Formats: sequence, C-alpha cells, structure tokens
Amino acid sequence: MAPSPKVVKPARRRRFGKWFRDTGWRHVVAIVGSIFAIFPLVYVLSASLNANGTLTGSNQLFSSISLESYVRMLTNPQVPYAQWFLNTMIVALVTGFSMVFIGALAAYAFSRMRFSGRRVGLITIVVVQMFPQMLAVVAIFLMFSAISDWFPAIGLNTLSGLILIYLGGALGVNTYLMYGFFNTIPRELDEAAKIDGAGHARIFFTIILRLVAPILAVVGLLSFIGLINEYMIASVLLIDPEKQTLVVGLTKLVSNPRYADWSAFSAGAVMAAIPVVIVFLLLQKYIVGGLTAGATKG
Amino acid sequence: MTDTLQAETAEKTPTPRQRSAARIADAAGGRLRWVALKIALLAIVDAVALYAVFVLFLHNEWLVLTLVTAVTILVNWIYFSRRAIPAKYLTPGIILLVVFQIFTLTYTAYIGFTNYGTGHNGTKDQAIASLMRSSLVRVEDSPTFEVTVVERVGELGLLVTDPTDGEASLGTNQKPLEPVDATMEGGKAVAVDGWTSLTFAEVLGRSTEVEQLAVPYSSDPNDGAIRTQDGQKGYLYTSTLVYDADADTMTDTATGTVYTDTGEGAFTSESGEQLLPGWQVFVGFDNFVRAITDASIRGPLIAVTLWTFVFAIVSVASTFFLGLLLAMLFQNKRMRFKNGYRIMLILPYAFPAFLGALVWAGMMNKSFGFINQVLLGGAEIPWLTDPWMAKFSVLLVNLWLGFPYMFLVCMGALQGIPEEVNEAGVMDGASPWQIFRRIKLPLLLVTVAPILIASFAFNFNNFNLIYMLTGGGPRFEDATIPVGHTDLLISMVYKVAFTGQNRDYGLASAFTILIFIVVAVIAIISFRRTKALEELS
Repeated sequence: MAPSPKVVKPARRRRFGKWFRDTGWRHVVAIVGSIFAIFPLVYVLSASLNANGTLTGSNQLFSSISLESYVRMLTNPQVPYAQWFLNTMIVALVTGFSMVFIGALAAYAFSRMRFSGRRVGLITIVVVQMFPQMLAVVAIFLMFSAISDWFPAIGLNTLSGLILIYLGGALGVNTYLMYGFFNTIPRELDEAAKIDGAGHARIFFTIILRLVAPILAVVGLLSFIGLINEYMIASVLLIDPEKQTLVVGLTKLVSNPRYADWSAFSAGAVMAAIPVVIVFLLLQKYIVGGLTAGATKG
Repeated sequence: MTDTLQAETAEKTPTPRQRSAARIADAAGGRLRWVALKIALLAIVDAVALYAVFVLFLHNEWLVLTLVTAVTILVNWIYFSRRAIPAKYLTPGIILLVVFQIFTLTYTAYIGFTNYGTGHNGTKDQAIASLMRSSLVRVEDSPTFEVTVVERVGELGLLVTDPTDGEASLGTNQKPLEPVDATMEGGKAVAVDGWTSLTFAEVLGRSTEVEQLAVPYSSDPNDGAIRTQDGQKGYLYTSTLVYDADADTMTDTATGTVYTDTGEGAFTSESGEQLLPGWQVFVGFDNFVRAITDASIRGPLIAVTLWTFVFAIVSVASTFFLGLLLAMLFQNKRMRFKNGYRIMLILPYAFPAFLGALVWAGMMNKSFGFINQVLLGGAEIPWLTDPWMAKFSVLLVNLWLGFPYMFLVCMGALQGIPEEVNEAGVMDGASPWQIFRRIKLPLLLVTVAPILIASFAFNFNNFNLIYMLTGGGPRFEDATIPVGHTDLLISMVYKVAFTGQNRDYGLASAFTILIFIVVAVIAIISFRRTKALEELS
C-alpha cells in the first residue's frame, strides 16, 4: 500500500494540488459560506445564554452560560412573552390550516370542473396576489375601525379580525401551486369513484385530499412561516400588549437597542425560532421538493 | 388457505336482495351525514348573518345590511341547490378575497382622493360637534341640574332632572337630551329602565370619563351641553363657537372671527386659519399634485422609488448568484460532508426572518454592536446610520436572509439539467466557464425565471427587513414626511400613515396607488415575457 518514500512527496503535492483544484476549493467556499450563514445564529444563542442584559455585554461569545435571561423573559410582568407566543401560534395555525383548506377547495374546483369563468378566475387569482395585502394597510385599518363599532369581536385588537384579514389572501399563489399539483392526480381515480356512486364531496374529502397531502404540507408550512413573520398588518390591528404577536412584541422590545434587555430578547428569539427551525429541518426534503417542482415546471 | 377463504365467503355471502339493500342503506347513511353536516354549517352561517343584520339595523347601516342579506341568501342558494357545484368549492375563498382584499384595495384607491388623516377623520357633523364640545365654557348663573350618571354597554349617559319642572331626560355624548320615564327619589331622577345607575364609587373610578361627558341640551349645537364634575350636579355649558346652519359658518363669540366652509374639509377664516378637527372631503388629485409639486415630498418620493428598484434588483441578483455558486459547489460527486454544509447553509431560511433582521440590527449597532466591537476591534463604523453604509448593510443582511432559498432552488434546477450537456461541451473542447456561461446558465435561467420574478416582487415590498433593520433611517433632513434613505415605497406608506405627528392617510393611499401602477406595469411586462398565463388551460 505505502509507496516508496522517494516518490511520496511530489506525488502527494501533486495529489493535493489536483484535489484542491477539483474539490478542495469547494470546501473553502462552503466553509466561508457556512460561517456567514450561521454566525448570527451562534451570536444570538450566545447572547441568550449570557445573563448580562446589554448589547455590549453580549459581545463575548459564550463567556458565561446560564438560563437566567430565559427565566427573565418568561417571568417579566411587563413582557407577556408566553401570551405573544400563544397568540402567534393561534394566528399562524388557524390561518395556515384554513388557508390550505380554502385553497384546496378552490384548487379542486379549478382542476376537476369545467365552468364558465374558470380561466378568468385563475388569471384573477394570479394577478390579485401581485398586489400584496399590506399595500392596503390604511384601508384595512379604517375598515376595522368601522367594524369595531358594529362587531367588537372581530374588530381592532382581536386575533379573529387579524385571521380574517389574512384569509383574504387564501385564494392566492397557494391555490395556483395546489392547482398544478391537483392536475397531476389522474382523473381516472375520480371517474372510478363516481361510477361507484361517490358524490363530488366524497371524492374530494376521501380521495383527493389524501393524494395531495404532500403539497398541502408544503403550502401549509410556507404559509405558517410567512404568517409568523407578518408585522405590518398585525402591528396596525393589534393594540394591547397582551393581544400582540411575537413579531410585534419582540420588535417593540428592541426598538431602542441602547436600552433594550438584549439577552432577554435573544432568549425570546431562540425560544421563538427553535420550534420553527426544527419543523423546517424535519420537513425540508418536502419543502425543497415543492420549491424545485415549482422551479423546474415553468 | 383458499378453501377456508372460500368457505368463509360462502358462509357470509348475502343474497342479491340483501346486498342491494345494504348498498342503499350505506349510500343513504353517508348522504344523510353529509346533509346533516351541511345543514349544521349553514345554520351557523345564517345565525351569524342574522345577528349581523340585527346589529347593522341598530346602527342604521343600510348598505352593509343589504349586502350581508344578499350574500347570505346567495350562499344558502348555492349550498342547497343541486347545480352550481363549482360555486360550492369557490364561495368561501371568493367571499374572503372580495371583502378583505379586493374591497380594501379599492377603498385604498378611494382614500387616496380624500384628505383623510389627523384632523380630518370624520363627517362634518362630527367635526362641528367636536369643535363645539372642545370650546365649552360654563354659562354664568345657569341653573343647577341634578344628574345621575348611567351606563349601557360601556357607554355613559346622564339622567338629568330639570330644576324648573322636575321632568327627567336622558342623553349621551352623541344623543341630545330626550324626556324619559324615570324612577324619582326626592325630586331627583335616579334610575331608568335599560340603564344601570353608577354608584358614587363607580363615578369616582371613572372620573375622567365622567368629566368628558357633555350631553347636548338639544339637537341644536348652539344650545350648549350639560356637564358634571362630580356626577351629582350638572351645569349648562355653551360653546364660544356659534354654528350658523343657514350660512354654514362658525363664529367665535370671543374674537368675532367668522370661519366658513371653503370646501377643504375645515372651517377656515379669511386669513386662512383653520379650525381643527375638520372633516373628510373628496379632494381629487390634490394628494398626487402635492406629491409631485411639493419639493419636500417629491425629493424623498423620487429617492425612495429609485432605491426601491435598486434594492429589489440587487437583492435578487446577489442572492441568486451566491445561491447558484454554492449549489454548483455541490455538483461535485466526490465532495464530502455535503449534508452538513447544506444544513448550515439553509439555516438562515429556517430562522424566522424578522428575528434575523433584529439580530443583525443589534450586531451592526455603531457603538455596541458585535461587528464593530469584536470583529473590527472597536471601530466605529456607522453601519446603519450613514446613508451609503445603511444601504450596503440592508443589502448584505438581505443577502444573508435570501441566499439559502436561491441555493435550494438552484440545486433543484441544476439537477434538472442532464449531464450529457456537460459531456457534449467537453467533447467540443469548451472550457468549464464557457459551458457554464453559454449552456448551463441559459438553461437554468429558463427554469428559475418565474422564481426570480416572484423574488423581485417580494423584495420590492420587503417591509420587514427595512423596518426591523434600519427603520428606514437615516432620515432625510429636508423632508416633511418621516422618511429616510433606506425606506422602500411600502415602508414609506406605512410611516406616512401610522407614524409621526400627523397621520396622513390620504397621502399614504396616494403613494399606494402609485405603487399599484408600478407593480401592475412590471406584472404585465413579466407575464408577457414568461407567458406564464398562457399555460392555463
């Protein structure tokens, strides 16, 4: 196995050179890229474990390790973090599920039925979602001010109102994505079920919904992540601190970095991010599949 | 095996009659369940609608009431009819889309043509009432009214006993006094049906609300209002302003100045002084004219529009090329540790973006941030406070947020390009760079073009990044609107509407209309080029 000592050196150098030209430089770039990608995350993790509250105090990475700032974040009576977390989960889960369901209903109709106005409907869906809802934030605010006078339960400062606003976008790009996927399910399945006497509702709920589960998961997860990040409308609609979502609350918390309790914020950020990151990493195969299906389709 | 199976089936095989009976029962059972579910859901919808109609009736909102009724009838028809099957699937989404997206967009367009905003956020009647209430002074030698503070669903009212004839009447901030049948106690009205009388302790607890009560004496605002300090005794207050309904003028009795309605949504004196609050009026293209002619708005508007395009284009290009570069690294089959790198590289995509932006904002802080303090050894680089550095920082952070997505997409797209392309290129003596530039990149661009367009659209309105990282700052020094060097059009709309001393909904909506037009033009052009809509069959 071992070559004679005389030839080792030049051969190895040549081999290293070739290795570097071939794959070595790839490792260099990948390492630099990875450092760029994870360094802010390492920083926030370190800051969250450091009990010292200020921004400067967080600069020495992992100089101290304690869970004090997590406790501080969860017990500070001025910062209803647990409530924010709960609100965010309610909004993102309820909206995410409803969005997927309403979108799937529409995608089923567009994919399986032929009716007048179908093409116009599909085009409208694609075009309307070009104009993001947040552009209409002023009108949304004024509309909900009026609704507050009539129906306080869905007016300003309510999670239900926020959910309704978000659901306005349920027929959007998601439906279009699902529509493409529904089209790949063979129609023969529906027809066979129809011959057996199943109605359209039964076909939809018991056959189609199960077969399109992968795309529903992808759309649901992407909507969920998008909803967790939505600030503009949530900040306008939700006024009381205990009604707010994580994004609104945490942003206000560090609006002045000089005085902010930076390690408590970092602890809050880590607690908010970890569930999302875990779900994402677990499902990343499907997400990548969904994204690239979209990418290679057109 | 087969024998036992046959035996079992033979044993259980029902007669044809039994089988058909079972099938009918099964089908009927299933259908009944569906029908029951459908009726239950529709009953909920109808109950909610009925409640809504009732509330809207109380508020005299006839237009909305009619719409709610019409939609409810339509929904019932759709779900009970045996036809209209596609509508059964589309109705929920369409109702939500129309109410919460199409209506709000249309309403935005309307607000853009009004003066809606701070000082102009109600009707003319509300403005008159509010002006008169804000300039009330107590009438000297006015009689003392015995009053009781009453409450109904959170709204306070005054139960007033007239000192001359002892008659009781009731009114609120919005509704002038009207005679009522009240329970009297020692010549003082103390309670009335439908209202709860507040105890002394409750009055003390809500003293600010009680002090703000000003119940109009009659429907003529010039008659003044009854106010109370302690919830026991009330006095007549009249306004120093006198409203003349015939001439439509406000006169200040103290100075004698006459304010007239000049059509601008506020009473204006001859010297141009306005009484605020005013009211909401249609102002046509005033907001647009102001945006174009007022130099302190036009300058920022142009700068922000240009920056929005630069930001969106550079963001798409930088994230795409970094993502592509990393994706191409992974094409090498012999490379080890690929999965590890991949997980690390997509982590920024999994981390909620708003948190990412906030963390970067902390790290880039000029005096205390990690980058200046640790990485650069105490350098005071104004990452977020210098106009040019702030723009660079925004692009850098967006690169961090956006490249993992492009990396994933490019990996998928590269796998779709067959290996033969590469081999053919090598056979023809092309260099790797030539193969990439002339063959692979064009093939790749065809597949990722829709994603690049979507990414452009997303970044064009990337409110979160700007708002969380720089807050749009550093601010333009010569602007009258609270806008800064890194603001995008969308964050400019938000700030004009919701931050600063004056909320100018009209101007913000006018900006929104401008964005609509820009987005629509981009959408039409990009659709033409990708022919995405032609695929729809």
